[in-house]
Amino acid sequence: MSAYGSERQRRREGGARDYEGFECVVGLEVHCELLTATKLFCGCKNAFGDEPNTNTCPVCLGLPGSLPVLNGHAVELAMRIGLALNCTVQPSIFHRKNYFYPDMPKDYQISQYDIPINTDGYLDLPSGARVGIVRAHIEEDTGKTTHSGGGGRIHDAMYSLVDYNRAGVPLVEIVSEPDIRSGEQAREYVSELRAVLVAVGASDGRMEEGSLRVDANVSVRRPGEPFGTRCEIKNLNSLRSLGRAVDYETRRQVDLLVSGGAVAQETRHWDEQAGHTVVMRSKEEAEDYRYFPEPDLVPLAPDAAWQERISRAMAPLPAGRRRALLDSVGAEGPAMVERVATVVAQDLDGYVMAAVDAGAPGALALSRAANELAAACAEDASLLDALEPGHFASLVAMEARGDLTATQAKAVLAEMLTSGEPPEAIASRKGFEALDPGSLRRAVEEVVAANSAEWERYKEGEAKMAQFFVGQVMKATRQKADGKAVMALLADLLRGSAGAP
Amino acid sequence: MIGSAQDPEQAPVSREEVEQVALLCRLEIDDGEARELAAQMSAVLSHAAALLSLDTSGVDPTAHPLPLVNVLRTDEVRESLAQGDVLSQAPDVEAGRFRVPPVRRRQPEEP
Amino acid sequence: MAKTIEAIVAGVRSGEIDPVALVDQHLKLIEENEPSTNAFITVLADHARQKAGEIASRVAAGDPVGRLAGVPVAVKDNLCLRGAPTTCASRILEHWHPPYDATVLSRLLAEDAIIVGKTNMDEFAMGSSTEHSARGPTHNPRDMTRVPGGSSGGSAAAVAARFAQAALGSDTGGSIRQPAAFCGVVGLKPTYGLVSRYGLVAFASSLDQVGPLAGSVADAALLLEIIAGHDHMDSTSLDAPAPRLAGQAADSAEGLSIGIVRELSDGADPEVKRRLDEAAESLERAGARVESCSIPEVSYALPAYYLLAPAEASSNLARYDGVRYGLRVNAADTPTMNARTRSVGFGAEVKRRIMLGTYALRAGYYDAYYGQAQRVRTLLIRAFDAAYERYDALLSPTAPTTAFRLKERVEDPIAMYLSDVCTIPSNLAGHPAISVPFGTGEAGMPVGVQVMAPALAEAVMVRVATILEQAAP
Ligand SMILES: [Zn+2]
Repeated sequence: MSAYGSERQRRREGGARDYEGFECVVGLEVHCELLTATKLFCGCKNAFGDEPNTNTCPVCLGLPGSLPVLNGHAVELAMRIGLALNCTVQPSIFHRKNYFYPDMPKDYQISQYDIPINTDGYLDLPSGARVGIVRAHIEEDTGKTTHSGGGGRIHDAMYSLVDYNRAGVPLVEIVSEPDIRSGEQAREYVSELRAVLVAVGASDGRMEEGSLRVDANVSVRRPGEPFGTRCEIKNLNSLRSLGRAVDYETRRQVDLLVSGGAVAQETRHWDEQAGHTVVMRSKEEAEDYRYFPEPDLVPLAPDAAWQERISRAMAPLPAGRRRALLDSVGAEGPAMVERVATVVAQDLDGYVMAAVDAGAPGALALSRAANELAAACAEDASLLDALEPGHFASLVAMEARGDLTATQAKAVLAEMLTSGEPPEAIASRKGFEALDPGSLRRAVEEVVAANSAEWERYKEGEAKMAQFFVGQVMKATRQKADGKAVMALLADLLRGSAGAP
Repeated sequence: MIGSAQDPEQAPVSREEVEQVALLCRLEIDDGEARELAAQMSAVLSHAAALLSLDTSGVDPTAHPLPLVNVLRTDEVRESLAQGDVLSQAPDVEAGRFRVPPVRRRQPEEP
Repeated sequence: MAKTIEAIVAGVRSGEIDPVALVDQHLKLIEENEPSTNAFITVLADHARQKAGEIASRVAAGDPVGRLAGVPVAVKDNLCLRGAPTTCASRILEHWHPPYDATVLSRLLAEDAIIVGKTNMDEFAMGSSTEHSARGPTHNPRDMTRVPGGSSGGSAAAVAARFAQAALGSDTGGSIRQPAAFCGVVGLKPTYGLVSRYGLVAFASSLDQVGPLAGSVADAALLLEIIAGHDHMDSTSLDAPAPRLAGQAADSAEGLSIGIVRELSDGADPEVKRRLDEAAESLERAGARVESCSIPEVSYALPAYYLLAPAEASSNLARYDGVRYGLRVNAADTPTMNARTRSVGFGAEVKRRIMLGTYALRAGYYDAYYGQAQRVRTLLIRAFDAAYERYDALLSPTAPTTAFRLKERVEDPIAMYLSDVCTIPSNLAGHPAISVPFGTGEAGMPVGVQVMAPALAEAVMVRVATILEQAAP
């Protein structure tokens, strides 16, 4: 098992990994619970974690005689998703997908089938790859079944219990083209998609609460050959599960093929603890869903004006924000791209933009945001509440002018996050004023003089001694020295002593 | 317009299909019922034969006699039913939930 | 002639009629004759008396009362009424009490109607004789050896036997009009979308409509006015005000052009045809231009219906699975429990239609069956549209025969389906149609004449129906 999960030699080429001459081909189906106040077809609360069967009514319980009425806001969110994913938003209808399951109150699911609201779009990933979107359609969620007895596993359960609070919650299912080529790229896609869904206000992005649920269609082939037989992997509750499951499944299929076997088309269940997939049902057991147009609903026909209104009201998307940030800091190269991605992902681009607008150097602002602010954010996102963009801009400007050393700037920033004070006030309270070049040189010379043995070792080429001297100088100047300037002076002294007779 | 009962030899619906369909719509039917249903379904479908062979190319289907579109509800919470009212009609209940036998089909025991 | 609703309400309002006495009078008739008629699944005697008492005290206090104040009404048992069982004449819903009211019943109650009971029907409205009921067949009050028609046979019989002043039924393929014809009362199927379906237990959603059965066209028209109109709980409800139908003058058919649909008349019994001819003559006498016309597409309506309606029904009836409400027959696993429950809970006709509908919707068959039937539906609508360019209304028998004998057709589904051949086209087109009693036919049983009209042309239809009613032998 563990061999499948282990990292192998990888070829970084559009995200593709090489698995003994095979490549994996992945298409993802992402179910996104929409952030509406009410369910898709009734006025019951769309809420997570309430007492069982309290957010239910005749409609979402499928009681005889009840009828669905479509939630306009859910449609609007679906359209935002379509527009954000560069889809064609088109007139659409609803179908019934008929199959029996106790968590489905009507024993059919109202879903969109051959005429969905959004078709034919794409999502550009931060790494540069483009993943096609086949469709993004509206459907209703099912209730929740808990299996009791037999350790809670579906196969051994003694009985099951059903809660219909989730039944009828609005979903948009986003189906990608099979454009994904590795577990890592699958993670990147879902992570970017999640950012988009959150940005347009369609989702809270909480995978652990089931707000976003992912199924993966995985097959393998030798590059250039037709697609292989695919398996659908269910129960991917986190990005980590997704990456691991795709890698595992790819290895499983490659091993099957290499050993002369064949892949069977089936639905498989990812077991996160065991780290493997197990078969759920084979193709032969596949249902016949008997789709037909839902007669209780009328068609949706979003006109151009409606689309225009939604499109105007939409918040900027992550990709656009990354582009804008990159342009405004004027940076290039993979390290900068990664920092930009981090900053946008953490919603910190506003700070960087404010600093740049105030005339501070973009690269420095980006660095402080991608490192210090992002770290603080990861610890506690509410820390950012106290930080004003103008204050951040001043801090970066002070550091850039040399009024603060890097170390001092970081210390001031940390305090800004807790107190909300402007950086000037904190710096002066801390007694941080810049050393003039003459005093710094004197301080370095004194430290060198006082540590002659260490200086000899440094001269002999023991590079790590540089850190020792920087530390000593910092101590002597009560942290006022700039580490980089100290390094430069040390190098200078070294050249001078080497050149001496 | 509708002919008399047709030749069972030409029945369009077979016993096997009847059993397959019964599985899909969750009905338990015995041999006698399956045979009878095959004949009756065949009879109805044979009456529809003229319809099935009608040339309707280029004709749009009517899912609905109404020309309505975009019938939408505002996203406002309305009162749900009380949990007690929801569960009071249920055949079996446990801990506020509907209780059902195992959801997977039990394979018949090996003799 | 019996009192109209208008006269009863006027009497109740003026204090001349005591609603409690009126209800008691109806309940007494029910008590005497119901055991042999079996028009009801549930008689709501206590509820009716209590409600009548309330209305009486409001009248006594000088408070206003509604447009149906004190009028005893029977409603089909597929309409949800809070606090009373709603069984659809099925074992599977034997003990189900809906926690909500159908919109049409809320509207009746808001106008102070008195619901005296829930009427018998073919199980889930699938049938044309009210013999497919888990509670036994309803008998035709005009001849107890005959069926009342169906599926709203209980509602038609209740009106014919004077158990109620009027009734509500549902009509998917003729289930209001055909029993109205068989029992000698008026039955009206409105334009699809005119009356809310919220709380009507679905049979075939794109065809179902709730409508009135009554002793007169005026009563049926008034009842329709009250139950019609937009309902935000039904997406397929038309956003149009209820039509003004009651009290309109119908002394002349001057200027009206009426077509008799040959395809729906040719196959009818000679005596039924004779009555249709008389009806046509009476309209001519009233000033209408009447002529025979041909709409060949109506011949496809019956087979199209028997693909569409069962398909929708197979899906609508999937929810009766023994999980949330209704009957459960236990088994070791849920799929077997579902199947066993449904096999015990549904009667033969319902199973037959579920099977047929499931068959027609299977992958690879959908387009040939359901899809084709939907395209034929389009052809039928186009043909009607063309006919209505020439005619204001169309005429046909409501059914090819008068009421047949109990058990005569119950074992022969095709023969049973044939009794809806004249009524189904209006359902497929979504158009309104009304059946008016017009004399008697074989063995003295009532004959119904059907008036069909284009969508939302209820006013014209009611006008023609009123003339026929006045001219009826
Ligand atoms: Zn609800």
